[in-house]
Amino acid sequence: MAQFFQQVVSGLASGAIYAALALALVLIHRATGVINFAQGEMAMFTTYIASALMVSHDFPYWVAFFVTLAIAFVGGVTLQRVVIRPVEQASILTIVIVTIGLVLIFNGLASWIWTGEIRPFPSAFPNDTIDVGGVAISVQDIGTIGVVIGLVVLLWAFFEFTKIGLAMRASALNPDASRLVGVRVGWMLGIGWGLAAVLGAVAGMLAAPTVFLEPNMMQGILIFAFASAVLGGIDSPFGAVAGGLMLGVGLNLVGNYVDFVGSDLRLPVALLVILIVLLVRPAGLFGKPVTRRV
Amino acid sequence: MALLELTDVEARYGQVRALHGVSLAVDEGQIVAVLGANGAGKTTTLRAISGTVRRSGEIVFDGSRLGRRGPEAVAKLGVAHVPEGRGTFAELSVEENLKLGGYTRRGSIDADVQRMAEYFPWLEERSAQHAGTLSGGEQQMLALARALMSRPRLLLLDEPSLGLAPLVTREIFRIVRELNDQDGLTVLVVEQNAAIALEVASHAYVLEVGAVAVSGSSDELARDESVRKSYLGY
Repeated sequence: MAQFFQQVVSGLASGAIYAALALALVLIHRATGVINFAQGEMAMFTTYIASALMVSHDFPYWVAFFVTLAIAFVGGVTLQRVVIRPVEQASILTIVIVTIGLVLIFNGLASWIWTGEIRPFPSAFPNDTIDVGGVAISVQDIGTIGVVIGLVVLLWAFFEFTKIGLAMRASALNPDASRLVGVRVGWMLGIGWGLAAVLGAVAGMLAAPTVFLEPNMMQGILIFAFASAVLGGIDSPFGAVAGGLMLGVGLNLVGNYVDFVGSDLRLPVALLVILIVLLVRPAGLFGKPVTRRV
Repeated sequence: MALLELTDVEARYGQVRALHGVSLAVDEGQIVAVLGANGAGKTTTLRAISGTVRRSGEIVFDGSRLGRRGPEAVAKLGVAHVPEGRGTFAELSVEENLKLGGYTRRGSIDADVQRMAEYFPWLEERSAQHAGTLSGGEQQMLALARALMSRPRLLLLDEPSLGLAPLVTREIFRIVRELNDQDGLTVLVVEQNAAIALEVASHAYVLEVGAVAVSGSSDELARDESVRKSYLGY
């Protein structure tokens, strides 16, 4: 039983990372209807920046963490304004191809700047366990879950209680009417990309201690994040978080208790989840089914 | 000097030209109506002013040329546009819709929310309700209230009567008139229902295929048998 709880907690920790990246995907999808395939590589790139700050510039962990978030935000906004805006009016397919181009660019750029060799990345939390009712729980897992929960709450408060948050929601729902009340919709999309990049950076920095730092580190996690977003409903921020946690726990339990899955077949299981959800309930568990007028 | 002046304004949707040189003027404190049949360019005229359609020609608002300014910038100058189909945010609450109306304002907008509740008493008790769950008339009133939240210098009102019961339409026009009487609100209203629009407006322009066919004071137009028969249809 103790082992079961340990697996659940460690599943929640991986799930929290999927949730952060899934939330990034949902933010951009809600605002523009586009899946940003570069979300994972953007996260990887910002994690390299954090590593560079810590290793080459001797920044303490949390200073590097927050400086990286600031860089990620500015980078995300810039990316939207410079690369995405020119193709904003083009078809969804065009924009998706641009984001795939960004995948290649960030991946190549990271290999070029930092070489492709695998590097360690420190964790913010000690490699200890604490005893909760006879169950030894990893402090790193608790920390990871805590950071993501804190981030989600902050983000929720931003969207719910600030003027810009409200304007961003309005822009996603009805861009034309938003312009008429004076909202600069283009910049709201830019800020959306900035926030998504921040979420990605957090996911990257939390994942890096276990998956290690290398240019392809986020590719598997991005698939899990897709699965989480699809599971929860691609337009539901709450669904993305719930989907991420459910997927994290589910995969961890399946991997540990179903012998033939082990740790190797988790990715196919995640793909199976995407497939089944899309077939059975395309709107996801928490999404509203959309009927489009033709 | 006129608050708003359009000179030879043209507008097109892709290759199709919808306005062929519209000229009109609205003085401060006036209610002016734009009348005409379907497809005459009434809605496009308002859209040209607010910048939601590509336009050429000269539009001067409060002494400054609108040029290529987009809708966000025009809104910031003090023009509030209640578009055709109202443009309320169905998935947001009534309160959030009002807040968005005051988006261009700095500082507190609580006093304005209060003031809107005086005109539309039901707004307060429904403030948490999603706008999409309101009736058509309530949504039109919400759209009007949202536009007023910006304390506009000019209100552009597109077919407020569309799809509404005659009584509700009367109520909306009564409120528009009251706002004009009490606060000197300047209004440019597009309306299919010429009779009610001429009652409220002091001046009117009748459009035909994208250009002004007749204009004059509301009394003149309402009295002129031939104008009524050929353009206004009543």
